[in-house]
Amino acid sequence: MAVCIAVIAKENYPLYIRSVPTQNELKFHYTVHTSLDVVEEKISAVGKALGDQRELYLGLLYPTEDYKVYGYVTNSKVKFVIVVDSSNTSLRDNEIRSMFRKLHNSFTDVMCNPFHNPGDTIQSKAFDGIVSGMMVQTA
Amino acid sequence: MAGSQWELPPELCCRPMAFVALTGLDVVYNAVHRAIWDAFCANRRADRVPISFKVLPGDHEYPKCRTKRTSYEWYIPKGILKTGWMNKHLNLVPALVVLFYELDWDDPQWKEKQSECATKVEIVRTSLQGRNTKVAVVLIQKKTPLPPGEDLVASERAQALCHSCDLSGKSLFVLPHTDHLVGYIIRLENAFYEHAQTYYYTEIRRVKSHKEFLNKTTHQLLFVRHQFKIAFFSELKQDTQNALKYYRTAYSLVHELRAHETNMLEIKTMAGFINYKICRLCFQHNTPLDAIAQFRKHIDLCKKKIGSAELAFEHSAWMSKQFQSFGELFDEAIKLGLTAIQTQNPGFYYQQAACYSQDRKQLALQLCQEVSNYITYKTHYPSPDPLDTQGAGLDFYGQRPWRQGQQSIDPPDAEKEKTGILALQIKERDVPHSELIIALLSNAVAQFKKYKCPRMKSHLMVQMGEEYYHAKDYTKALKLLDYVMCDYRTERWWGLLTAILTTALRCAYLMASIKDYVIYCMELLGRASTLKEEQKSRIEKNLIKVLTNEVPDAEPECDPSSVSAARSLWNDRMALAGSNELTIEVQDYIPFIQCKAKFQSPSFHVDQPVQLQVFLRADCPHPVSFGKLAVSLSNQEYNQWCVAEWSGQEAMSLLPGKTTCYNFSFVAKTEDVGKKIEMTGIEVMLGGDSGRCVFVSWRGAGGDAASAHEALQASRCSRRWGRNIEARQELDWDSLTMQHSTMIISRVPKISVQLSHQPPALTNEMYCIKLTVQSQEEAMAKDVKLTAGLKPGQDANLGQTTHVTLDGSKVCDDSAPSLLPDVPLGELKPGEKLEKCVYVKCVSTGPRVFLFHVAYSIDTTVEGRQIMCKCHKFEPLDRVSVDIPFLLMTDILSSSPWPLLLTSSSLQLLTVTSNTPQLQSQLQEVVLQTGECASECFCLRCPPQTNINNTVATGQYLLSWRRNSSSPDSPLIQTIVSLPHVVLEMVPLYIHADLPSFGRVRESLPVRYHIENRTALVQEVEMAVEPSDAFMFSGLKQVRLRILPSSEQEMLYNYYPLMAGYQTLPQLNISLPRCPTFSTQALKRFLPQRIFVKPQGRQLDDASIAAA
Repeated sequence: MAVCIAVIAKENYPLYIRSVPTQNELKFHYTVHTSLDVVEEKISAVGKALGDQRELYLGLLYPTEDYKVYGYVTNSKVKFVIVVDSSNTSLRDNEIRSMFRKLHNSFTDVMCNPFHNPGDTIQSKAFDGIVSGMMVQTA
Repeated sequence: MAGSQWELPPELCCRPMAFVALTGLDVVYNAVHRAIWDAFCANRRADRVPISFKVLPGDHEYPKCRTKRTSYEWYIPKGILKTGWMNKHLNLVPALVVLFYELDWDDPQWKEKQSECATKVEIVRTSLQGRNTKVAVVLIQKKTPLPPGEDLVASERAQALCHSCDLSGKSLFVLPHTDHLVGYIIRLENAFYEHAQTYYYTEIRRVKSHKEFLNKTTHQLLFVRHQFKIAFFSELKQDTQNALKYYRTAYSLVHELRAHETNMLEIKTMAGFINYKICRLCFQHNTPLDAIAQFRKHIDLCKKKIGSAELAFEHSAWMSKQFQSFGELFDEAIKLGLTAIQTQNPGFYYQQAACYSQDRKQLALQLCQEVSNYITYKTHYPSPDPLDTQGAGLDFYGQRPWRQGQQSIDPPDAEKEKTGILALQIKERDVPHSELIIALLSNAVAQFKKYKCPRMKSHLMVQMGEEYYHAKDYTKALKLLDYVMCDYRTERWWGLLTAILTTALRCAYLMASIKDYVIYCMELLGRASTLKEEQKSRIEKNLIKVLTNEVPDAEPECDPSSVSAARSLWNDRMALAGSNELTIEVQDYIPFIQCKAKFQSPSFHVDQPVQLQVFLRADCPHPVSFGKLAVSLSNQEYNQWCVAEWSGQEAMSLLPGKTTCYNFSFVAKTEDVGKKIEMTGIEVMLGGDSGRCVFVSWRGAGGDAASAHEALQASRCSRRWGRNIEARQELDWDSLTMQHSTMIISRVPKISVQLSHQPPALTNEMYCIKLTVQSQEEAMAKDVKLTAGLKPGQDANLGQTTHVTLDGSKVCDDSAPSLLPDVPLGELKPGEKLEKCVYVKCVSTGPRVFLFHVAYSIDTTVEGRQIMCKCHKFEPLDRVSVDIPFLLMTDILSSSPWPLLLTSSSLQLLTVTSNTPQLQSQLQEVVLQTGECASECFCLRCPPQTNINNTVATGQYLLSWRRNSSSPDSPLIQTIVSLPHVVLEMVPLYIHADLPSFGRVRESLPVRYHIENRTALVQEVEMAVEPSDAFMFSGLKQVRLRILPSSEQEMLYNYYPLMAGYQTLPQLNISLPRCPTFSTQALKRFLPQRIFVKPQGRQLDDASIAAA
């Protein structure tokens, strides 16, 4: 389960960031922000090869001592980042993928809301609920 | 150097090379020996064998060899690896000792010298007692030796020398001191290298032989030690593959050791050493992935081995060092050609090293805090120093100085242990942690810069800034934080920006840097800040204090001692008079006051007042009052009208979250007509005369670093449309747009100018344009002037082909200008009307834009207006004609929209003559309506004596005309059209056909061809008729005949049409074999190509006709 989930706008500013509340929130913000370096690099590398048949899932962006950071980019260049604890070895690539898919679906629902202005931060409760379901439960 | 305890020993980090000692060389006083030594040392490039040479005196004492153990049965090892061991084998115990001795084969005192040499060898041997070190002798000779086997004396004496010195023949060398010294030296050192290899091989064998004596219970440490030694000897032997293998075994053995608190440091130290060696060799073997995998394994294994809790900072220090040294190895490998990538580069290791150093600092702070308290009531640094080893250093790597060599699980002396730990903690307190962290971070920054990670770089720079802040170097901290702040601002990561600003604000406070303090306060109060209300409230109060020249309260979480220092700094600042004014450019920040300004309209007439609005909005929790609002404009004369100042009665203040609008207006000057007025800046003065003045200034019409994006979002927002319908009272701040410039335009003239004319104008015509000017002014329009004519700036040719005049009674000549400037028209009373005719003559066709400009003065205001009109012309068409008798047909097409009266036409012929005796115009008094066509036809002939194959001008066609509507006395206009040039050619054969005007289906159609020979020669003619689908025919299908000069041949064909409509006649092919240049094509011109075939007639009683 994730310790931090973030949605980043096309222009690289955060639309939504949630991390496990007990931990250092700022550190996760930095982790997500720095991971954009790798995301950008990956997007530009793929952009050169095959334009439209791009795989949305970017895989493991970079490993730190404590966390693994995974990335996903929608066709409209909105980025999803999921940070997982390094010690959590039970999560396979497939599970991360399905988490991203779920996130993407929920994000699409948010965008379909006629009252949501694309580019504003996400305040949807439904989205929040989906994210909560994917986070590490700290009771 | 602080932290040196954790530095890897240099003998571990160097590349081990075989150690060869050279004796018997006097490099100080003997030039020959010096040259030999230099040849050994100089230019040791990669292609030379890896040997480290050292010159030692002949009687040098080598380290004593301890007596070899014959049994390990009662032996308990005291540690894993002795600290001196590596150095001993790198620099002290040679693999080979070489004795240099000057002796020629034919030396007169051979005997004596031989025994002296033997003695010297013996001395060396004695001092190497018990070691396997080889000894070799080099004879320095003055003469070049003969090839081996030829010098009998030499071989005999060599044998004798070997014998007396107890040397094998392979260990005796001759070094002739001649020209090719370097060559001989290279050969020598290759031989030395072989000896060294053998030495290290035997050493490896010797260490391996110990293994059988060891048992697993008591000699665990020795297993590691021996594997390490074997690996190290293998490296000295340059056998890196095997070295790697043995190091790997050693590494796994280290982790098999029983680990407990007392020996944890020793195990980790050795594991770190071995890991370093493995990674280094992997990089050297160009298998970086193996190196990375090994390092990861190493870290995973050791991460949890913290050891003593009181010394937990040691573990972090060690971890940090592990990462740092791996980063350095990686970096070194990159310098040697390895390529790294964005996600795998040395930067990550430096970063992690820094991270562990930060941990170390934290732990040290915690653990040593307790020590500090402890010290206050007890003694200071323990005495005697438990860390003192009487200058000898440690015996074994990674052991505690106060209990060296002890391998039992429990410390033998609890009290000693306690003081030892205390001493270490006190020492740790003095370590400049921040310095170490900053060094590591800056290493990492350099790497991430290289591998395109700008955000990671920024993040590390923030950490560096924070570390400088902790190290109390606020200037550097601010410099770094300020540098990266704008990256986070442009990327709109407000949470991070706020965190950075908070640190920056603390720095600014502690430095008492007023300007920085004010800037950071402003931004932390602004809408980008994610601080809580009460924080903002506190900051705003501080800001107000600064504005009223008071000392602000300290920022929370500041070091208390620094705070008191800062307070006195602030007091000094406040006491200092003058320099109380501060201007802050906020365009690139996100200040707590937002500003947007706009001109009410993008343009103003000069007789209207220019209106502009300034909107201000405060985002801070409390109302702010300000002293002055000023707008500066591109023309500074207007600035005086755009100032709002606190006048004493009503305070100017901004309420949180409310938009306040200030209106200004002024009258533009007439000099600015046609110019743009721009806002160059807006200034809001905070504070007042009593305290400190801070001018917050925006460039242009306001806006800050975030407002562009907000405006974009607002424009996207669908809800906005709903809001507009509601017509809410309050302004929607985000959808306010800025209008930073306005245009001053001239007054609207109150005068009507009308043009009446009948376009298009025709070429050469005196085209009349009637101008009516009527004044609608309420006052007398004076000095009315008309400018009329071709508008300047069009095609230059138009100027020469257009003539404008006021005199319409006669056709004007070419001297008339194309533009009549400033024709005075006198004065116009209110409501008065004035008419004027202008005549235009255009010599060429094409659209023209005319300019009519009426200017008048009234109350010193000047106006003008422009009207466009176009003029056209009709265009004649002409055809090509041919020789022999030919027709000239002129078609006159009227493209004029007005009826034209043609009065006469005539031909003026040049070379050709008319076929008819008298040419009479067929077009007299003809009126042509628009689009109508008048044609004239003339039959012409070219006289036979003219030069053939030449173009000739046919002549000119004259046409006189005028508008049908114009009065009979208006001048006639003559248009002259040059007729086209024709090519004259001579034909040898002329053919013409007699045929009826039409045929009828299935009725015979007789066609007679007349073929005329026009040359003075008999012409042979071949004729053939090609079959056609549309006709059957009778007559000669193919024939060859002769035609006499100037005579004519007649051919008769009967065509029988098969289809109705226009049909192509069967083609007649004629060729002249005598005259090959002549082609059928030329003749075809004379022959009819097609004929109309009517359908077969119907009977009258046809039912269909009757029905119709």
